[in-house]
Formats: sequence, C-alpha cells, structure tokens
Amino acid sequence: MNDSNPLAAAPAASAQNKIPVTVLTGYLGAGKTTLLNRILSEPHGKRYAVIVNEFGEIGIDNELVVGADEEVFEMNNGCICCTVRGDLIRIIEGLMKRKGSFDAIIVETTGLADPAPVAQTFFVDQDVQSLARLDAVVTVADAKWLAARLRDAPEAKNQIAFADVIVLNKIDLVSPAELREVEARIRAINPYAKLHRAQRCDVAIADVLERKAFDLDRIMEIEPDFLEVDDHDHDHHDHSHDHHHHDHGHGHGLKHYHDEHMQSISVRLDGDVDPGKFMPWINELTQTQGPNILRCKGIVAFTEDPKRFVFQGVHMMLDGEPQREWKAGEKRESKVVFIGRDLKEDDIRKGFLACAA
Amino acid sequence: MTEPTSSLTKNVQFFETGAHVTAASFLDDAPAFAMGDGAILLGEPGAANRVAAHPGGAILAAVSDGKMMVTGGDDGRVVATSRDGSAREIAHEKGRWIDALAMRAGAVAWAAGREVRARDSAGAVKAHVAPTTVRGLCFMPKGYRLALSHYNGVSLWFPNVAATPTLLEWKGSHLDVATSPDGRFVVTSMQENSLHGWRVSDSKNMRMSGYPKKSRSLSWSHDGSWLATSGADACIVWPFRDKDGPMGKAPREGGVRASKVSQVAFHPRTLVVAVGYEDGFILLCRLADAAEILVRQPQAGDGAITALAWDAIGARLAFGLDSGGAGLLTLPA
Repeated sequence: MNDSNPLAAAPAASAQNKIPVTVLTGYLGAGKTTLLNRILSEPHGKRYAVIVNEFGEIGIDNELVVGADEEVFEMNNGCICCTVRGDLIRIIEGLMKRKGSFDAIIVETTGLADPAPVAQTFFVDQDVQSLARLDAVVTVADAKWLAARLRDAPEAKNQIAFADVIVLNKIDLVSPAELREVEARIRAINPYAKLHRAQRCDVAIADVLERKAFDLDRIMEIEPDFLEVDDHDHDHHDHSHDHHHHDHGHGHGLKHYHDEHMQSISVRLDGDVDPGKFMPWINELTQTQGPNILRCKGIVAFTEDPKRFVFQGVHMMLDGEPQREWKAGEKRESKVVFIGRDLKEDDIRKGFLACAA
Repeated sequence: MTEPTSSLTKNVQFFETGAHVTAASFLDDAPAFAMGDGAILLGEPGAANRVAAHPGGAILAAVSDGKMMVTGGDDGRVVATSRDGSAREIAHEKGRWIDALAMRAGAVAWAAGREVRARDSAGAVKAHVAPTTVRGLCFMPKGYRLALSHYNGVSLWFPNVAATPTLLEWKGSHLDVATSPDGRFVVTSMQENSLHGWRVSDSKNMRMSGYPKKSRSLSWSHDGSWLATSGADACIVWPFRDKDGPMGKAPREGGVRASKVSQVAFHPRTLVVAVGYEDGFILLCRLADAAEILVRQPQAGDGAITALAWDAIGARLAFGLDSGGAGLLTLPA
C-alpha cells in the first residue's frame, strides 16, 4: 500500500501505460536503418517492436521485427487529406496481443513516405489511441544531399517540415560551409525541430526516443531550436575550402534562406484571446487550409481562464486541451505556429490577431 | 439499468493464463484457449496442457471446427492443433503475419498481407492476391467459396475456379467479414465504427451505423435470423430474417451497461447471446425479452473480454481476457 497523501493523485494510468511510438523518416539513403540499428544495439535495456517496410536492404538486428506494407487509406469522413496507415492499425492491434514483451515501437517508413498518414493514424483510430501514443517524428537527413533533395523531392521537404527531431547525418562528408548552408535550408522550412548533427547517426538515444513531442502536457514553450555556435565549425580544417560567396553577415555566419513553397509562420499575441473567436477561426483555418498545413501548435491565454490552452494538429486533425495554470508573474501571451506549404501568411497573422479579447 | 437478478457466477471456473487470450473454442468437449504467447491451453482448468503451437510467437487469430483449432501467428505459421494436443504446421509464410483465418469442413484459408491461400480437405492449396491487405476471411456456406474483406469491399472467391472473384464494393477499410448461415448476406465491420452489408443476390448495400467503437465481434444466431454485434454500450442485434435483411428496421439491444461490449457469442441452440465487455463483465441476454443473467463480475486488474465461445451443445461457455485470464461457465443441467 502506498501511504503517501491520497490527494496527491498519480498520473492517469492510461497515459502511462500507452506504448510510445517513434516514427523514423528520411529520404532514401539518408541513414534511417543505421539509426535504427544504432538505437537497437545500445545497452538501454529496452525491448523494441520494430515496424519496417519490406524493401530494406540492411538487416535489422532485433527480435521483434514486423514487415509493413504502408497501406495508406482515406477515411470516409469527407476529408480528402485525412489518410491513415491501415497496416499500422492492424499491426498495433496484433502487437498488443503480446503486450508486456516490448516497451516501445519504432516505425521506419520508406524513403518516399509522407509522415502525415502515420501521425494521423494516432489522431483518428480510437483503438490505436487507447493503446499507443505517438512520441515523435524523427527525420534523418543526409548533410551532403539534402539541399539537392529539397529542390527535387517534395517527399524530402515534407519529412523535414514534419519533423520533431532532425538527425543531420554524414556531416563528415561536407565542409563547414556546406553544413551551415544545409542547416540554414532546414531552418527555413522547420525552425522548431531539434537538430542534431551526426556521423553514422551517432546521436544519443535520449535525443531521439521518449521525446513526447505530441504530448500536449509537454508543450511548454514554442521557440525555434537554437542553432549552436560550434567552435569546430570554423575553417581550420584543411578539407574545408569555402568556395561559396560570402553571405550577408548574419551572426555565426548563418545564411537565411526562404523556401519558396514550405514555410513556418509564428504569430504572437500579447494579452488574452477570445475563445469565441479563436475556436471558429482555428477550425475554419484547418478545415480550409488543412491540406497545406503539415503541423500546427499553440499556447493560448483565453479570457478569464487561469489555465493555458494548448493545441496541436496535423493537417485537418486538431487536438487541444487546457493545460497547467499560468504561473504568477508569467506573461499571459499567446502564440501559434504553423508549418506548411504555400501558407497565406498575412491571412493567418491577421486572423489570429483578430481573435484578441 | 439494474443488475441482473439471476446469477450464474457460482458456475464459473476462472483461472490465470499468463497471456492475452486471442480466441477460445472447444475441441470435442475440451476447452481450448489460443494465446498471445504462442501457446494453446487445452483441456479442463487445472488439468490443461500447454501446447506450444507457435513457440516464440503470438497467436493473432484462431478458428475451430469443433475437432481442430487452427491458429495463425506473427511467426508466419498456420498450425492445426487436435484434441490430443498434437500440433501440425500446415503453412509457413516466412516473415509475414497470419491474422486472418477461416475454416470449414476440413478446409482452411489464411491471409498474409494481400495473399490468400485456401487448402481443401485433400490438402490442395490455391492462391489469390487481393487488391489490398485482407483483414477478414470466411467460408460461404454453400460451395467451396470464400469471402475476403479488404480496402473498398469484399471479394467472393472460388478457389477452384479460375474466374475473377466477384467484388462487393463499398469505399473504405473493411475489417472482419461474416456471411449469414443461409449465404444470403455478407457483413463487414468497418474502420469508421459501422457495419456494412450486401445482399449477395443483387449486391444491394446496407449500412448499419451508430456504433461508438469498431464492431469487431459478430455472431449469427443458430437460426440465421439475427446478427449480434459488439462495439456499443449494449449488444446490438440486427434482424436478418426478411429478404431485405435489417434495412429500414431497428436493431434489438440487450445488456446496456456503462462499459462497451467487446465480444458476443450466440448460443448454438437458443436465442440467447453471451455478451462480454471491455471491463471483464459477462452476461447472458435473452433476445425475446432482453432478460439478463450475470455470468461474471469484473475483478481488479481485469482487461477486456477478448474471447467467447460456446461448446457444440451450448452447455458450456469459454471466455478469455486480454489481461491474461480465462474461464468456463457450465450451465446448470
């Protein structure tokens, strides 16, 4: 028996017992399977169920590996962008029959896959929702080839835009200048993802697993991930010979890029927001612009509400709830962030600001 | 609602299985429980054998004809286990999952992804590739014919005929499939918390909706007139006697509770349905007047009822839970 104060309620059992699911994406050859094997071979004491597409060339060293077919289905709910991974629903249902024999699930998608149907599966399917929770979308990117793929492969751009964590792999194959350029290109699309530089995917497990990126309780601040100033970055290695034109003098030698089609928009509003204006606005926006909005997130201060309202979404799917209370002395400030394709920035900005109480 | 006034709880033997119970059935008179640890628990409680049908694997699906239990595992194997505990591999689809199975009169069918194979009683195997992954399989009552549910509909396939299967079309993801005992209707459970039905003679569509959850357990009454279904906070029973089936008619409801129904099993001889719930509760419900008899009260730590099956004469009911327990109800003589 637990003798602690009965009023100190334990966290809801259901949320605790849900199996975390990490989605590994990345364009062909970026190093997804390398990262996967790296995770599996670490002495973490965890048992993973790994769901892979059938056409992997590298073997996966794990007891429980399930081959998936990436069957993307439309839901019969009149929403064209509401697609789910039918195979994932089936596999998670099957895996639960051996509940207790694994601690977490890792889903490796094909290089050409759109991460949205995987994420939407967790918003749409009740059974999946009750058994498992989406932990994070981790995208592996090839430092040498990403910039080219962002130009010619919409899938690669989607994977970067969608990511919670980006592992920028093979940095040993590029010069410091090339590295800065590719990072700037990533940031132009998605400034919010945690970016980790890696060689042969040598990232810490804690940087890619148990991120709780889709947990509303964990939406604390929405700030761009800081680009670290890396001392080793300066051109004192003999292999680096920057033959690019010098950039326009931003701090740390960062170039600022603007991606023509994929961008992120962040809007801040001082003071309170009127829920009677905000709710219809966000619903209408995601209903009409949903196909173009890949991800959205926000922390909102509703009028006379002591609690922060937090939300997140994938395309037309929205999930929101009141979170913790605003702290004494904490500025009641609302912020929304959208990452998407050809977003109407002015409309979104004006629309949100018009929700002011 | 009020609790059932009569109770059979004293007639229930409960025991731990140590693993998720995927399915239950009776092989002759012996209860058999197919489990998530790959084993089949075969025989009377306390004296049961553990048959290692899928060592190291999990049993994802199981069917039985009353003599043999055929199981499909995440080890890609299809295994037939007899009353004496002997297990025989009848197929091995390497690297695949077998999570849809059907069985009738010595014939067995299984699906691995889009590929379906049917093995007749003589052992001849025929194959068919469906448009997408096959989620459900069942034999039609007449002829050597199978119904396969997949995305956007059901295919009716004659394994011994080279012709293209008949497609019963309806947009969406179809999960389980069941055909009425007279073969007039095919019904599927769907991703969108509804059932879909077709009248086979003219492919006429029927939609049975309003479920708060997916309806993953379907059971026909012995006379073929009723279809009991899970997925709501009561057992929903659709009338199929008339030529239009349930079209334009309201279903019967029995066993309304705060928990959702997870399993249903019609008694093999009378219009009584066993109803299992997500919280481990079980009752018997009589169709005529919705009278209820309590079978089992939930216990601490219980999960959902995931298996329910009557023996051939309806004297005993086997049940299993996802939390690793199972039991037997023996009706008073």
